[in-house]
Amino acid sequence: MTADDRFVFQAPDPDEEYGVRSEIITGPVSDWATDFSHLEPEWSADPYPIQDDLRQRCPIAHTDRFGGGWLPTRYEDVTAIAYDTERFSSRSIIMSNFRPPRDIAPVGGSPPISSDPPFHQHARKLLLGAFTKTAISRQEPVTRAFCHELIGKFEGRDVVDAAAEYAQHIPMRVIADMLGFPPEDGPQFREFVEDLLEGINLPPEDRIARMERLFNYLLAQVQDHLDHPRDDITSYLIGAEIFGQKLTADHITGAMALLLIAGIDTTWSAIGSSLWHLARTPADRERLVAEPGLLPTAMEEFLRAYAPVTMARLVKQDMHWHGVDMKADDWILLSFPAANRDPAQFDRAGEVVIDRQVNRHAAFGLGIHRCLGSHLARMELRVALEVWLQRIPEFALDDPSAVTWSAGQIRGPRALPLRLR
Amino acid sequence: MKVQIDPGRCQGHGRCYDLAPGLFGDDDEGYGQVLGDGTVRPDQEREARLAVVNCPEHAIEVT
Repeated sequence: MTADDRFVFQAPDPDEEYGVRSEIITGPVSDWATDFSHLEPEWSADPYPIQDDLRQRCPIAHTDRFGGGWLPTRYEDVTAIAYDTERFSSRSIIMSNFRPPRDIAPVGGSPPISSDPPFHQHARKLLLGAFTKTAISRQEPVTRAFCHELIGKFEGRDVVDAAAEYAQHIPMRVIADMLGFPPEDGPQFREFVEDLLEGINLPPEDRIARMERLFNYLLAQVQDHLDHPRDDITSYLIGAEIFGQKLTADHITGAMALLLIAGIDTTWSAIGSSLWHLARTPADRERLVAEPGLLPTAMEEFLRAYAPVTMARLVKQDMHWHGVDMKADDWILLSFPAANRDPAQFDRAGEVVIDRQVNRHAAFGLGIHRCLGSHLARMELRVALEVWLQRIPEFALDDPSAVTWSAGQIRGPRALPLRLR
Repeated sequence: MKVQIDPGRCQGHGRCYDLAPGLFGDDDEGYGQVLGDGTVRPDQEREARLAVVNCPEHAIEVT
């Protein structure tokens, strides 16, 4: 076994206080303006009417849940926060009942998404080259072949689950290849995603145990790459340097966790939401089958209308901001989906217009944290939809009530039974 | 007509080189780059305008 003393396991001191935990509050929301929760079933099922209502009557909603937080629903406010890294920190980007200690900034637990300036740009720069449109285009033939392989398995069936049997597998396979993880570990990745992003209101012991499971997996992958270095992102990160120093073990495993988690459920959600829309909107489906050249434009509209990703920030200091009194360490639930449906920014904001020509949506965020994987996501989404529409031009929801949606900050269908005709 | 990218605003979304590949390309880190001196031929005006109105960061200017 090749040794690298950065990766020697250090057990945490059980007596040491780490971060701040708040009371777990679950159950029906009394008023979305004063008690919102993105983890309740009503939000998962259909958040848009809630967001539209809030935008009109209380554009920066509040909750006492999660130790206190705010939900802006206007494009203008979401944008202002995304650009304002002086007042809003990314030291945690998952709104939960745990706030990591302040001194974890500016690096954070999963750089660069959890990083603030000035460190952020260095951590981001390390990864940008692997995720350019040009670099990602090399993954396209494999992605296309894999989509065909998945659809090939539907032969002879009338009903398939487009989320569990198609959308889910595409980003999993591609990011596993890029990180150099065994493709057969896919089912574990799904568990990691659910643990991290949907298990928000579980007791702390459960959260910690699940987090350990992920990091033990990542450390095993690091060891495998130390023993057998190869041309992938994991080996690259092990050898990478910032300011002439090798990265810390925490930085490496944190970045790997980010790429694995953020690279999977987001695109899985975008592919699923797009197919869900087409399954219930025959006119759009027929038009895209007849005019495949419209797909890149339509895809941007699906990203606007069904943006899968909501981020979070932590308020740095007490302040009066756009009419509300924010306290240090209040959460901001930074809803790009809500911004994308603001009628002040978009004509016919609540409609899906697949030939929309002007579409400055914020599905991939804005400012310095623009989704690092956006070119990968767009390639996967385009190829997944192209192949599906070529192979299965006619399909519909088999049972609308059987469609289920993920809970939390990443929204997309998790069960999507489609009838193939 | 000429196009220009404000490097202080560009975050590498890549909408410009998706929509107007005749006018923009990407650099090693995915940031947008104007090809040549940015002069837009009359037959490229439509794609130039599409790039402007679809840049989420408002980073493209037409002069």
